[in-house]
Amino acid sequence: MSQKIKCALIGPGNIGTDLLYKLKRSPLLEPVWMVGIDPTSEGLRRAEELGLKVTSEGVDGLLPHVAKDSIQIVFDATSAYVHAENSRKLNALGVLMIDLTPAAIGPYCVPPVNLKAHIGKREMNVNMVTCGGQATIPMIAAISRVQKVKYGEIVATVASRSAGPGTRKNIDEFTRTTAGAVERVGGAERGKAIIIINPAEPPLIMRDTVHCLTEETPDQAAIRESIHAMISEVQKYVPGYRLVNGPVFDGNRVSVFLEVQGLGDFLPTYAGNLDIMTAAAARTAEMFAEEIISGALKLEPVVA
Amino acid sequence: MNMRGKLVTVHDMTLRDGMHPKRHQMTLEQMVDIATGLDEAGVPLIEVTHGDGLGGSSVNYGFPAHTDEEYLGAVIPRMKQAKISALLLPGIGTVDHLKMACELGVHTIRVATHCSEADVAEQHITLARKLGLDTVGFLMMAHMNSPDGLVAQAKLMEGYGANCIYVTDSAGYMLPDDVKARVAAVREALAPETELGFHGHHNLAMGVANSIAAVEAGANRIDAAAAGLGAGAGNTPLEVFVAVCDRMGIKTGIDTFKVCDVAEDRVVPIMDHPIRVDRDSLTLGYAGVYSSFLLFAKRAEKKYGISAREILVELGRRGMVGGQEDMIEDTAITLARARGLLA
Repeated sequence: MSQKIKCALIGPGNIGTDLLYKLKRSPLLEPVWMVGIDPTSEGLRRAEELGLKVTSEGVDGLLPHVAKDSIQIVFDATSAYVHAENSRKLNALGVLMIDLTPAAIGPYCVPPVNLKAHIGKREMNVNMVTCGGQATIPMIAAISRVQKVKYGEIVATVASRSAGPGTRKNIDEFTRTTAGAVERVGGAERGKAIIIINPAEPPLIMRDTVHCLTEETPDQAAIRESIHAMISEVQKYVPGYRLVNGPVFDGNRVSVFLEVQGLGDFLPTYAGNLDIMTAAAARTAEMFAEEIISGALKLEPVVA
Repeated sequence: MNMRGKLVTVHDMTLRDGMHPKRHQMTLEQMVDIATGLDEAGVPLIEVTHGDGLGGSSVNYGFPAHTDEEYLGAVIPRMKQAKISALLLPGIGTVDHLKMACELGVHTIRVATHCSEADVAEQHITLARKLGLDTVGFLMMAHMNSPDGLVAQAKLMEGYGANCIYVTDSAGYMLPDDVKARVAAVREALAPETELGFHGHHNLAMGVANSIAAVEAGANRIDAAAAGLGAGAGNTPLEVFVAVCDRMGIKTGIDTFKVCDVAEDRVVPIMDHPIRVDRDSLTLGYAGVYSSFLLFAKRAEKKYGISAREILVELGRRGMVGGQEDMIEDTAITLARARGLLA
């Protein structure tokens, strides 16, 4: 298959830049534009060096080029506050949005859990939850597919150096969006999310802890098997996803202790939080790209 | 140094930091009983929430006996002169919790971050100030940042709208000279009208000495808990601090004997264990570890056969910060497996 779907990225920060490296390797996606708001930004300069067209005029700088450069998918790695406006403008031109902010105006996508559920829905905006959500919701789902989870809680710890200004400004959106997806994608009746930023030097690898309270006594063997099967699914696109300890069973509590090591595309390997988010976004976009290429999905302008 | 006539606002921690040694299980009656006693003794400001702040209710930190709404709703209407504050850790609680606390009538919101991560507090500090609340930026584990580093973080919080900044010795690690260096540097850098506070833990029995050192260096708000009820070996014991202030001529507006009676008659009887410097709480101060890790480490010791002291030292070595309670069981399991105690 030689045809690739052309893409743009908005937000040349940690997440946008890491995603760019992954898209450059994709057999189905071709990154063409990088969009920023600061002409002196290092991220824009880096994207230019990697051969992309760049604009520092925000999404409005991209709009005139969408049709002539055949941009069909745009990744938004800016902030929850500006995503809705970016999405509206690009949807109106028939562009599919992959949202890496915690704005969550479109349906959640956590690929190993519900990627296939997005096929054929003609969605024009898909939300990638948060890095903590991508790392933990597969485990919640692995437990809730065995038996009912009354309460699911996640604790995501990221290295300070990997948490950019967008993440920091959006910390409430992070906890809200993640908790919502713990319920709606993970299958927990009630969800809670906690994020910790740790400044240790050398930086710590991303850690994620999942606590579930099951309604009935946990079926230990079935849960253990389900968790290991799900870990293999995640490892298909994030090879550094690893079970450190657990599952621990304590009454009706099931706890799983994970770490996520990155590929070191942009930031060093401690920043697994970037990888799990960008790899999930790239995988999701590739699924849509396959549909577009096969003709199953035709993108059409959304009239606001 | 002569501090005669200096005014200090004492901020009570018994019903918030004291929730840690109570595993967040205080009853509403106990809270109201202690709060009314403190109010009558003249304590001007009392913090009430889950030990880990608004929204702290969780598997990770412990489910409380009552919600934050229930505690605040029970205590606030009973106060004659004291004001009530609530703690919020961004990443755990959100602005939704802040709005709830404001509607219930809290006077003060304290937004707490690790001492190098002040920028996660922007949305919460900005909103608290907009709502007209006494707004405090609370820099935790302050021993892990240099005086200059703390200055930069304090200025960020001041810039978002905080009218008071705290140097917070969450680990009870600092010695008086460490406190003075940090408080003095921050005092010099902030606007003169911005208040400055110190929050101590008694893990090396320095709570009172450190608090006095902070006042000498320019702090005017001091956190303390009746009978020291707080995480680790407790907070600066309130009644002792007030008595020392009396002797030094520092004005707190608190009746020393009345507050001694609150500590003895209302707080000590509800303790689940004596709040004292034992080998584990001493380790917190000695190794620079977040004080509320103490009971979790003791529980992990029972379950996995690794001493609490060894777990705490390892957590300190790995640079764990406030809120990482999940890493206590994880570390205990890892140590137990390395020792062949677990498969």
